[in-house]
Amino acid sequence: MSEHKPNTYTGLPDAKGRFGNHGGRFVAETLMPLILELEEAYRAARADPSFQEELDDFLKHYVGRPSPLYFAERLTEHLGGAKIYFKRDELNHTGAHKINNVLGQILLARRMGKTRIIAETGAGQHGVATATACARFGLECVVYMGEVDVERQQPNVFRMKLLGAEVVPVSSGSRTLKDALNEALRDWVANVENTFYCIGTVAGPHPYPEMVRDFQSVIGREAKEQILEAEGRLPDALVAAIGGGSNAMGLFYPFLDDADVEMFGVEAAGRGLDTGAHAASILGGRPGVLHGNRTYLLMDEDGQITEAHSISAGLDYPGIGPEHAWLHEVGRVNYVAATDTEALEAFQVCSELEGIIPALEPSHALAHVMKMAPEMDRDEIIIMNMCGRGDKDIFTVAKHLGVEL
Amino acid sequence: MSNEPRTRIAETFERLQREGRKALVTFITAGDPDLDTSQRILDGLPQAGADVIELGMPFTDPMADGPAIQLASQRALKAGQTMEKTLAMVRRFRQEDDTTPIVLMGYYNPVYVYGNERFLRDAKDAGVDGLIIVDLPPEEDEELCLPAMEAGLNFIRLATPTTDDERLPKVLTNASGFLYYVSITGVTGTRAPDARDVAAQVARIKRHTSLPVCIGFGVKTPQQARTLATAGDGVVVGSALVDIIARAQDGGAEAVRGVHELTRALAEGVRVAGKDGT
Ligand SMILES: Cc1ncc(COP(=O)(O)O)c(C=O)c1O
Repeated sequence: MSEHKPNTYTGLPDAKGRFGNHGGRFVAETLMPLILELEEAYRAARADPSFQEELDDFLKHYVGRPSPLYFAERLTEHLGGAKIYFKRDELNHTGAHKINNVLGQILLARRMGKTRIIAETGAGQHGVATATACARFGLECVVYMGEVDVERQQPNVFRMKLLGAEVVPVSSGSRTLKDALNEALRDWVANVENTFYCIGTVAGPHPYPEMVRDFQSVIGREAKEQILEAEGRLPDALVAAIGGGSNAMGLFYPFLDDADVEMFGVEAAGRGLDTGAHAASILGGRPGVLHGNRTYLLMDEDGQITEAHSISAGLDYPGIGPEHAWLHEVGRVNYVAATDTEALEAFQVCSELEGIIPALEPSHALAHVMKMAPEMDRDEIIIMNMCGRGDKDIFTVAKHLGVEL
Repeated sequence: MSNEPRTRIAETFERLQREGRKALVTFITAGDPDLDTSQRILDGLPQAGADVIELGMPFTDPMADGPAIQLASQRALKAGQTMEKTLAMVRRFRQEDDTTPIVLMGYYNPVYVYGNERFLRDAKDAGVDGLIIVDLPPEEDEELCLPAMEAGLNFIRLATPTTDDERLPKVLTNASGFLYYVSITGVTGTRAPDARDVAAQVARIKRHTSLPVCIGFGVKTPQQARTLATAGDGVVVGSALVDIIARAQDGGAEAVRGVHELTRALAEGVRVAGKDGT
């Protein structure tokens, strides 16, 4: 862990797209002019008040923001410690936080005059969000999805098709999210003129990690205002699940310089960190370069990327956004993990006690809340990002519980 | 450029220019379909007519490559290929051949994980002349490009149809050895380049650099090789050779024979291109 505490945790990336030693622009030359163009377009949009106004308007009337900050009273009683609040991003249109980012990128794509949108998806939530926004704006949409994920997320595949998107099953490599990302990059290289690549998490080459973080930060900005209104003070801890890390960055970012707010990013421990079958890039990986940035990755000793495993398709990615890699190294955010089994248990507890069926992704965050809340005082406060709802996961959960649907 | 490393690459292109012919650059993935077969393919390439050899360092996630080279990586990794074995292949090759340039081509992660300094030292020692690291654009030159030049290796740049006149100087700044012109916007081995477009683009690039320009991505047949070679200083053929390995039935012998046969045919095409001045 570094001894040098930065003055602010919100001043990165630098001009080269670095968060400390992480991030950067590790892409083929064909793409380089495109990401430079994207960066310029994003800077211009961000400086243009009409862009933010348009986005805010869609977030309000189309997505349903602000999402509520909800006091989970029965869960709090059950655990007998800190007060637990859920940031209810599962109530967004399309059922997850992904739409916050997608709308930002699609509005940007329109400003840039792009007519064809491509995306990668794992659980299908980002794909559904992208297909949704493309339908709304009449844009062509192609979603890359690993064959393995197509199989285990059938309802979302059908949703995307209903929304008019083309879903391309990816058969290369390990046939999951990382391969879908490779395939989307290959598409982009081949269709440079008219195509905008809408990345679903805080990964990829600069400026994606920064841009996606900015679009998702609406979560943390709202949560901050809402907790001040509800409790008159900031929370003691924030907890969020980590796939690529976008819902976590969205919640954390506006609080990074509030020194008394502790933060926990929960990685997927799969069958256990010591089994090798997990998706915990920080706890079980090392720095490397993939998909345009340097960050922690799951790989073998020869630098070959290994397959991640998680019961949750949305966390099943062998990397993590570069800003998280940096926040880990400077010690600002704690990275912890929850197993498949712990997530399944949290999934059931939440359904039964709160009447909220969570997605398997935030079930990992909840599993950690269930470990930490009982150790905290009753006047302490936790905000957990309920970043997705569980409808898409009922088949997976049924299978694990031995129930036939 | 004073600090430009002088390697077998410069010697080769100078010789070819004296002989008035173009270069055939062949790509194979190290360890495909297995270490032994791959070594035999590699060792026979100069004899079959390859002037420069690109040896792919296999990677699980080759995001700039089409299906043929993706599968080549998968075959090699499945057969147990590692960076150490790839470097050992070059060392063995050098026991018999001290003139044909070898360029290692691949993605940054396996290099980074091997350790940049250690990699550059071991590659130079093994007899490597240059590197093509697809996902290291000039914006990241401090990572490996500048250290590679220090270590006496050429860092070969890709220029693409999206590299416009404004960007070209940036791409050329630390380029050495030769310039690899990617003839299509797309991944390797998919669409065929348009010869007239390529000729215009290469002419444009040549106004900015005196480096030899080799044209690749999508060159498959001797006829194509011949046509495209006239536009630059050489052509690169990869997917078509790698496809032969994929199709080989009895594994080893057929793959070796097939790759060398196509190399011979391509070399003939390229040589004709040089001679009749077309
Ligand atoms: C509901 C939900 N949460 C979390 C994630 C993981 O992504 P991230 O870590 O970028 O939030 C996904 C990804 O599909 C998701 O659908």
